[in-house]
Amino acid sequence: MNTIYLDNNATTRVDPRVFEEMKPYFCDLYGNPSSMHAFGGQVGSKITEARERVAAILGADPSEIIFTSCGTESDNTAIRSALEAQPDKKHIVTTKVEHPAVLNLCKHLVKKGYHLTQLGVDEKGRLDLDELKSAVTENTALVSIMWANNETGTIFPIEEIAQIVKSKGALFHTDAVQAVGKIELDMNKVPIDFLALSGHKLHAPKGVGALYVRKRTPFRPFIIGGHQERSRRAGTEAVPSIIALGKACDVAFENMAVEQTEVKALRDRLEQGLINSVPLTIVNGDENSRLPNTTNISFKFVEGEAILLLMNELGICASSGSACTSGSLEPSHVLRAMGVPFTFAHGSIRFSLSRFNTQEEIDFVVKEFPPIIERLRAMSPYTEE
Amino acid sequence: MWDYTDKVKDHFLNPRNAGKLDNADAVGEVGSLACGDALKLFLKLDDEGKIADATFQTFGCGSAIASSSALTEMVKGKTLDEALEITNRDIADYLGGLPKEKMHCSVMGREALEAAINSYRGIPIDTTALEGEVVCECFGVTDKQIRKAIHENDIKTVEDVTNFTKAGGGCERCIPDIEKILAEELGAKESASGPAAANKPLTNLERIQLIQKVIDEELRPALQADGGDLDLIDVEGKKVIVSLRGACSNCPSAQITLKDGVEGRLREMVDPEIEVVEENA
Repeated sequence: MNTIYLDNNATTRVDPRVFEEMKPYFCDLYGNPSSMHAFGGQVGSKITEARERVAAILGADPSEIIFTSCGTESDNTAIRSALEAQPDKKHIVTTKVEHPAVLNLCKHLVKKGYHLTQLGVDEKGRLDLDELKSAVTENTALVSIMWANNETGTIFPIEEIAQIVKSKGALFHTDAVQAVGKIELDMNKVPIDFLALSGHKLHAPKGVGALYVRKRTPFRPFIIGGHQERSRRAGTEAVPSIIALGKACDVAFENMAVEQTEVKALRDRLEQGLINSVPLTIVNGDENSRLPNTTNISFKFVEGEAILLLMNELGICASSGSACTSGSLEPSHVLRAMGVPFTFAHGSIRFSLSRFNTQEEIDFVVKEFPPIIERLRAMSPYTEE
Repeated sequence: MWDYTDKVKDHFLNPRNAGKLDNADAVGEVGSLACGDALKLFLKLDDEGKIADATFQTFGCGSAIASSSALTEMVKGKTLDEALEITNRDIADYLGGLPKEKMHCSVMGREALEAAINSYRGIPIDTTALEGEVVCECFGVTDKQIRKAIHENDIKTVEDVTNFTKAGGGCERCIPDIEKILAEELGAKESASGPAAANKPLTNLERIQLIQKVIDEELRPALQADGGDLDLIDVEGKKVIVSLRGACSNCPSAQITLKDGVEGRLREMVDPEIEVVEENA
C-alpha cells in the first residue's frame, strides 16, 4: 500500500537534496567547529553558510540567527529572554490559539506570578486588533502571536500586529514555525523582535530549529555554558542538522512560488473535491488569509479518530482536532476558541500538503474519502433527519 | 497512535450489528455530542424474555465503536438479568483489553445497557449523573459517579479515575478533589456516605445533560405523539439551539411549540434565562 502523506504541518519528509548536504558531516567531516585545527574549522564555514541561508529566507542579517534544537526551544528562549530582560514588567499577551510551545509556557509563567492576557478569535479564527491595542499596557513585557495557525492555517496580519505592539513599547515574538517556507517573511518590513522556526516543518530533519533575534533587542540566553552561538545558545552545534536546515531554507526560498501555485492548487482541488461530494461539511479557518498547504474540514456527526483510522486503512495520513486523538478528552483548543459547534468540532480533519504531493494522490483521496464519512454516519445515532 | 488489539481493530473495521433495530423492545441512549461520544443501544427480546437481537448506533472513536459492537455480541441470548451482570471490564476483556485512556468507552457500553434495560422495565433513568456534587466541571462528572467507578473497577490512581470517567481530563483543576475522593474510598470504606446535595449553579456540561434529559424524556415523546420530533443541536451559554423534525418542521404553529412548549419547560426545569432558537433561524 502506498502512503499518501497529507500531514505536513505535523512533520515533513526530509528533502533528498537536504539529506545529501548533511551526509558528509556524520562519518567524514565530523570535526567540532570550535576546534583549533583545520579539520574542525572547515565545518565552521559550513555553519556560516547555513546561517546565511536561514537569514536569507527571513530577510535578516546572519548575526540575527541563533540555532536551537527545535521550534519549542526557540519559543521558550524568546519568551523567557524577553521577561528576564525586563524584570519590572509582569504582563504577557498571547492568543487562545497558540501552539502548546507558547501556550503551556505562558500558563506555567502565570504560576510564577505573571499576568496573562489571551486574545480570542472570531469564528474564522481571526483576531480583533482593537482588542490587542487595549490589551497591551505599560506593564506588558512581551506579546507572542503566531504567524500562521498549525491547525487551520489561518494567517495573522503580523505586520500590523507588530507595529501595534512596538508603538506600545513591548517586545514582540512570533512563532512562525508553520509560516516559514510557505509564505514570504521579511524582517526588513516587519518590526519583529523574535521569530521561531523549526527544521522538520520545512523538509529538514527533526531536532533543529532557529531563533531570529533582531539586532539591539535585549537578549538573555536560555541555555548557558560554552561560547557557541556567540554565547547566546551554549552547547556543541548539531552540525549536520544545522547544515540541513540551511539547505532546507535555501530550497524553500527557491520554491516559495511553488507553494503559492502548485501546492495551493492541489489543496484547493482536495478541499473542493471533498466539500462538493460530502454533505454537511464546513471549512475551518480564514479562507481569505490562509497557508496555501492547509485545509481543516469538519464533518458533522462523525468523530475524528474513527475517520483517521479508516483513512489509515487506505494509507492516507492526516490529523484531527477531535478529543480522542490526543488523549486529552477535549477537542482542539483552536476550534473551541473559534466557537466551532460540538456537532462539528469532534469531526475535524486537517489535511496539510507539501511540494511532494501529486495530483494522483489528491484524486485518490477525493475518490476514497467520501465513503468513509458515509460509513461512519450510517453508524452514528445523530443524523440530519 | 493508540495501541489497539487486533480484536478492537476487527470490531471497528467490521462492526457487528451496526444500525437501528426496528421494533426494538428496549432502547438505551447515553453520551452526547458535546462529550465526544454517544451510544444508542437497541434490544429485541424473544418469547422467553431473552435478548434475541441487539444493535447499536455510535458516535465516537474507534474503541467506542468496537466496544458497542462487542456489547451487542455479548448480550445476545442472555436474559435481561444475565445481561445486567456484564461489567465494563467484561466488555474491555472481550476485546482483549483497551488502552487505559479509552476505558471510558467500555463504561459507556455498560451505561447504555443499563439505560436500555431500565427503560424497558419502567425504572426511571438512572439519575446518578445529575445527582451528587459536580467534581469535574469540564465533563460534568459528579463525586457519585467517581465513587461508583472506583468501586466497580478497583481503581487506585487519579489517572485511572480520568480514564474510566473522564473526570480530570480537561482543565485538571479538580485533580486535588479527585485525590481526596480516592483517598476516602480507598482508606475508609465504612465512611461511604452520600454527599450532601449542593445548590451550586449548574456547570455548562451539567446544564447540557439536564437539557438533553428534559428534551428526551418529556418534550420529544409529546412531539412524537403528533408525528413531530426535536433534536438538540447545540448549547451556547443560555442559548439552546434545536431543530424541529418531522411534522413539526412545517407546522404553522411550530414557533408557538418552540417558545411556549420547549422554551417554557426548559426554563422551568433548567434555567429561567434559557432562550430556545431554531437552527439557522
